[in-house]
Amino acid sequence: MSDAPLILGIESSCDETGVGIVRGTELLANTVSTSMEQHVRFGGVIPEIASRAHLEAMVPTLQQALDTAGVALDDVDALAVTSGPGLSGALMVGVAAAKALAVATGKPLYAVNHLVAHVGVGVLDGGELPDRLGALLVSGGHTEILKIDSLTDDVELLGATIDDAAGEAYDKVARLLGLGYPGGPVIDRLAKEGDGKAIRFPRGLSLPKFVGTAEAPGKHRYDFSFSGLKTAVARFVEQYQAKGLEVPVADVAASFQEAVVDVITKKAVMACTEHGMENLLLGGGVAANSRLRQLLQARCDSAGISLRIPKPSLCTDNGAMIAALAAQVVAAGVAPSGLGFATDPGQPVTQITLSDLHAA
Amino acid sequence: MVSMLILAVDTSALATAALVRAHDDGRTEVLESFAATETNAHAEVLAPAIGGILEQAGVAGGQLDRIVVGVGPGPFTGLRVGLATAQALGFAWQVPVDGVVSLDAIAWQVAHRAVEPDGAGIAAPITEDFTVAIDARRREVYWARYSADGRLVDGPHVGAADQVPAGPVVGIGASLYPDALEAAGAHAVPGLDRLQPQAAALGAAAVGLLHAGEALRTPVPLYLREADAKVPQAMKGRTA
Ligand SMILES: Nc1ncnc2c1ncn2[C@@H]1O[C@H](COP(=O)(O)OP(=O)(O)OP(=O)(O)O)[C@@H](O)[C@H]1O
Ligand SMILES: [Mg+2]
Repeated sequence: MSDAPLILGIESSCDETGVGIVRGTELLANTVSTSMEQHVRFGGVIPEIASRAHLEAMVPTLQQALDTAGVALDDVDALAVTSGPGLSGALMVGVAAAKALAVATGKPLYAVNHLVAHVGVGVLDGGELPDRLGALLVSGGHTEILKIDSLTDDVELLGATIDDAAGEAYDKVARLLGLGYPGGPVIDRLAKEGDGKAIRFPRGLSLPKFVGTAEAPGKHRYDFSFSGLKTAVARFVEQYQAKGLEVPVADVAASFQEAVVDVITKKAVMACTEHGMENLLLGGGVAANSRLRQLLQARCDSAGISLRIPKPSLCTDNGAMIAALAAQVVAAGVAPSGLGFATDPGQPVTQITLSDLHAA
Repeated sequence: MVSMLILAVDTSALATAALVRAHDDGRTEVLESFAATETNAHAEVLAPAIGGILEQAGVAGGQLDRIVVGVGPGPFTGLRVGLATAQALGFAWQVPVDGVVSLDAIAWQVAHRAVEPDGAGIAAPITEDFTVAIDARRREVYWARYSADGRLVDGPHVGAADQVPAGPVVGIGASLYPDALEAAGAHAVPGLDRLQPQAAALGAAAVGLLHAGEALRTPVPLYLREADAKVPQAMKGRTA
């Protein structure tokens, strides 16, 4: 194990400044500084506020990660950074810092995909990833189903949200219920006191015309939509308020959550079954959701799919996931990204690492 | 003071970097310098340029005595690239990093008549206090007031172009809103109304401050404006 490469990874795509250090599949440090509290009053991440916070946190976070891992910067074999997808100004802080470290140390730098890193992090909690792997990523910015043929060079996007991300839907619904930000944890908690069947909220993109059949798939077979659900919740709440009735908040929370989780788990399992994926990895901040874990586990069990859920600190945005993916990439012999690459706020999952613009 | 080797970085307008040697007698010598031609590729070009500069000069990072970085004011995203770069370099090399107001670079060029290539067009040296102004968009400028010898006397500020002090104005901000300047009793100085902050001049300005026994600044951005707090359309582009 000790001859596995020592990698330092930097993440700054959203509101977490993360620096992680891994040796192969062994986690040595995972230091995260978040600007979440500064976004609370806006009910969502403000890019400029996040970017300012990244700059303030970058060097202290680096220092702390190195201290935690008990290594010096010079011991590191390679550096890695999120080049996208994410918020442009936020990404730029991490990329500038990572490039500077590469110039200063002469170490190779790998620009990696944030989403694929959410999958790659799996190696840090449970070891090597199995073949025939699918991934379900659910966070404040993403809701995606991926097919992982090779973590380092073959990832396919099977489905994604066409509007809001699931975590975003939680945050918006929490806001209209007056529950504050972030919405996920509160709704998760309140839902336990409510009835998930009390209100039948819509399951986005679940009609036959969107889903089709395995043989003749509809246009949105594995895609998600949560903005209609959010509107339905808003209507429901307005109707109660118009009649001067007290909104049954716990039932609304539980029923909203059931609608989200039902459609996510159903489509993920369907994608696995239809694409020969016998293993599924769940990642992203919403992986913390108790009902999502429970229902996904049950549905995976029935379908004979083995489910892996890394521990929560590895599911939310962090630098260890960037380092973990890069460790796999380095081991696969992929060339580093050089110093000339740009951030790519819309980087597609098929672009796992950026290649060196100046290499032949 | 003994001779010092300084890496200067400024990204308040263009991505720029320079390696400067400050001699005992107060003279500064620019060993290498880089200024990007693109205006919006700071994160792409700055680090390779710094690597190139050091290689050209045959200098290892650890040999630097300090790094100075422009703290702005200037467009936020680009500005942060310079600061993040300087801070991370300083961290890795264990070299102290200090901040300098980016407008000081222009003031230094003007006060020392170190203007190229259109400096030939300057009619006469400026002998009174002058204003350095650069574009802050929204019909505003970032500006600061300097004495004829290039010392900061007021600012930096951000505000409407018609609110700058009366008198001569230099820097790219001087050429943008001539009517507003006139209303303020100010006027652009021909030949000096296109200047943007550059690392080589910033390094020289830093040396000037140190020689005068003045402290440099903490290397954190001078934003001068609050963050624009609109709730975003929640990162839709991220999945497409
Ligand atoms: N128990 C939970 N149930 C549902 N949602 C949750 C729970 N805990 C957290 N969340 C949601 O997870 C999101 C935060 O997760 P994460 O930090 O991974 O995402 P992000 O930073 O917003 O975006 P991204 O990871 O896509 O860059 C928030 O939207 C939050 O409401
Ligand atoms: Mg996050």
